[in-house]
Amino acid sequence: MKNSILEINNLKVFPNNNSRLKLVKNISLSIKKGKTTCIVGESGSGKSLTALSVMQLLSSQLNMSGSILFEGVNLVNLTKEEIRIRRGKDIAMIFQEPMTSLNPVLTIGYQIEEAIKVHENFLKVELNKRVEELLNIVGIPIDRINSYPDELSGGQRQRVMIAMAISCSPKLLIADEPTTALDVTVQAQILNLLNDLKLKFKMTMLFITHDFGVVEDIADDVAVMYQGEIVEKGTVLNVLKKPKHPYTKALLDCVPDSQGKKDLKPIDYSALKRAMG
Amino acid sequence: MENLLEAKNLSKEYFKTTGFFSRTRTSIKALDNISVNIKKGITLAVVGESGSGKSTLAKSLIRLIELDKGSIIFKNKNMRKINGDDLKTTRKNIQMIFQDPYASLNPRMKIIKIMEEPLQIHGIGDSVTQYSKILSMIKRVGLVEEDLSKYPHQFSGGQRQRIGIARALILEPELVICDEPVSALDVSVQAQIIQLLKSLQKEFGLTYLFITHDLRIVRHIANEVIVMKDGKLIEQGKTDIIFRKPKNKYTKELLASIPGNLSKRK
Repeated sequence: MKNSILEINNLKVFPNNNSRLKLVKNISLSIKKGKTTCIVGESGSGKSLTALSVMQLLSSQLNMSGSILFEGVNLVNLTKEEIRIRRGKDIAMIFQEPMTSLNPVLTIGYQIEEAIKVHENFLKVELNKRVEELLNIVGIPIDRINSYPDELSGGQRQRVMIAMAISCSPKLLIADEPTTALDVTVQAQILNLLNDLKLKFKMTMLFITHDFGVVEDIADDVAVMYQGEIVEKGTVLNVLKKPKHPYTKALLDCVPDSQGKKDLKPIDYSALKRAMG
Repeated sequence: MENLLEAKNLSKEYFKTTGFFSRTRTSIKALDNISVNIKKGITLAVVGESGSGKSTLAKSLIRLIELDKGSIIFKNKNMRKINGDDLKTTRKNIQMIFQDPYASLNPRMKIIKIMEEPLQIHGIGDSVTQYSKILSMIKRVGLVEEDLSKYPHQFSGGQRQRIGIARALILEPELVICDEPVSALDVSVQAQIIQLLKSLQKEFGLTYLFITHDLRIVRHIANEVIVMKDGKLIEQGKTDIIFRKPKNKYTKELLASIPGNLSKRK
């Protein structure tokens, strides 16, 4: 497709010592430029493995096959050094736990600087200016530049992570449950921030979540994953309002909606198995 | 309706020393003059962000935390005055279900031991009646007899929370304090546990104090809600009314923050 920035073709992920056990089973997904694509699913459905495959950050215990085309270049064929140059500059990632992804003994200013230095050859003055600019964009007061991660709240730490991720203006931002560990009000702020950034910098986002409410807020396209497979994909309106696959329906039935009014129905896995044949 | 628990003017302050040389003491009011009544047989939800004092409130009600000020009357007994045997029997009547099913079960104990312990502490029944009691409770929460000889690590998160619920209910309490019982669980498992809690409430006539930060769940489970912020009680009332006509600005903000309500936020 012409307007897609990332194309995942026949991706399989399996442990080194058991290649028959597929954790991600032959998925294909294309991500449109400038749009937010959400991958939704329960834990263990393979959402995070898919994201890590794109970043080429899979654990050494795991192996993958298939192709991942980023702007036409197959990331799988690149050498370690070539992928390192793209990581952070072309594709950046933010994680669920802002507490554990930041280094506790370095100031946040230093850590953001570090992220820029990997890719840019800035003078000290330019570097400082860029860090201040980034803090400004993500909404952290400049005087916190010398704070350590433990002096910040969970929401602020996630903002720091976002600042690091966007420091080199990546074309694609992968966000792996970035708001799951946060309070609802903070979650709403972070989602708004990500949405603004996407529009401002014409960024593409691959957003991983298990929360359909978040999907409704942020997604243009949705892919639903179940047991390592994409069972349904489409625009957010189609998938949420007119789900076709029995699993999507079951998953939508078991999560409370934004009004919290409808009855909750736990997933009946045996009925689901029958429906899926 | 009869009040099962009446808490008046609860206050609790924490002190924090900052600075290496200056030793300045700053205080945080975890509970700031809070009064709550819990009616018998209902579910009262406590909502608020982290740090709002929800858990401090819950823990103070069973005296896991000693309060600075205030009174708690549970079934005509002043919880803050009683000691020894009186406190023990009252605590039997108020049980707690915790957030993290991974941390709240002893990894070295088999499930049978975990379930026996509360019965032994309170001296209920002999080993034969204890076993039959445990068996019927474990079956009620959706596990099987063979599970009794397993260890916690052999269970999934949802199953562990079922064990936590069974352990709390084996003493036949009247008030159950649920401290974020589903927030560590997967969405599909959340729905199962909420359904289980609801059906147990009907069967045993339980009263729940349900602490959560997820307002979407509140509407499913709670009859009444209190909203907390910075240790203060911001708003309280019937769930439906709070959702439809919130009075306080903070409650409105909280409701608008529910995912899926982006249009309301802008």
